[in-house]
Amino acid sequence: MAKTRARVLIRPKEGILDPQGKAVEQALPALGFEGIGHVRVGRMVELEAADPERLPELCEKLLANPLIEDFEIEHVDGG
Amino acid sequence: MLWGVLQFPGSCDERDALHACSLTGEARLIWHQERDLGGVDAVVVPGGFSYGDYLRAGAIARFSPAMEAVAEFAEAGGPVLGICNGFQVLCEAGLLPGALLRNENLRFSCRQVDLIAAGATSERLTTPEGSQAFTRSPFLRGIEPGERLSIPVKHGEGRYYAPEEMLDEIEARGQVAFRYAPGQNPNGSMRDIAGVVNEAGNVLGLMPHPEHAVDEMTGSTDGLKLFEGVAGLVPG
Repeated sequence: MAKTRARVLIRPKEGILDPQGKAVEQALPALGFEGIGHVRVGRMVELEAADPERLPELCEKLLANPLIEDFEIEHVDGG
Repeated sequence: MLWGVLQFPGSCDERDALHACSLTGEARLIWHQERDLGGVDAVVVPGGFSYGDYLRAGAIARFSPAMEAVAEFAEAGGPVLGICNGFQVLCEAGLLPGALLRNENLRFSCRQVDLIAAGATSERLTTPEGSQAFTRSPFLRGIEPGERLSIPVKHGEGRYYAPEEMLDEIEARGQVAFRYAPGQNPNGSMRDIAGVVNEAGNVLGLMPHPEHAVDEMTGSTDGLKLFEGVAGLVPG
């Protein structure tokens, strides 16, 4: 059975303090990068799924914690 | 009194938890693959880095056979204590409200802190006989509301978080068990919350480590009160 490739992007929910993003943001001026703001650090999971219909359920149950994180599923062309 | 202490790959405080439990009864380790808790009277989900904290702290441990058994045990009213990573596991499993996020200052906090016993201890129930009053959570029986406890913390992801409405509900239902004493919040936890109980009170999770505060040699024996509270309920 052909599998669908997908990317799941997980990020801290709007309004939740993201100290990692803040630390990255604060490090940038020292490196000469000015004018960067609102840095948020999340994570990306790449996977192949036989049944992509079930991906949202999988994300809610394991890949993301819906209380603190939002997720987005991107389907990637097999190419 | 028989305690069961869970052990995941990556747990590191199970031996201290076992020791603390053994001061108030018998205690055995339960490997994460065991589906049967073996008739224990209470369970401790210990600290550490279960499954390497992969994905999110506690996210994978929650699906272990032993945790399935613990969820059923908790549902049936069995006392369950989650410490540090154990607290994270219980939140991920939905047995406790909220989540634990990376410390606000991004530092791993390792120090002795003062906790103040909060509302969860103030609601007193009366037994059917009416003879004995005890606190709502079996773990908090020996602790007075407002009492100060000296207990160590050691974690990098202990910032207690829940949406404001949920925090209001938790507070209204008296589910806050412990707060960090004023000025001692080590991680940016909302409303200084260090530990919460479930609605029924039989499940308690906290970031500080009561199992590391059971011997004068390490500076405090305040942690023992949590273990004694449960042990006092079980005959023998």
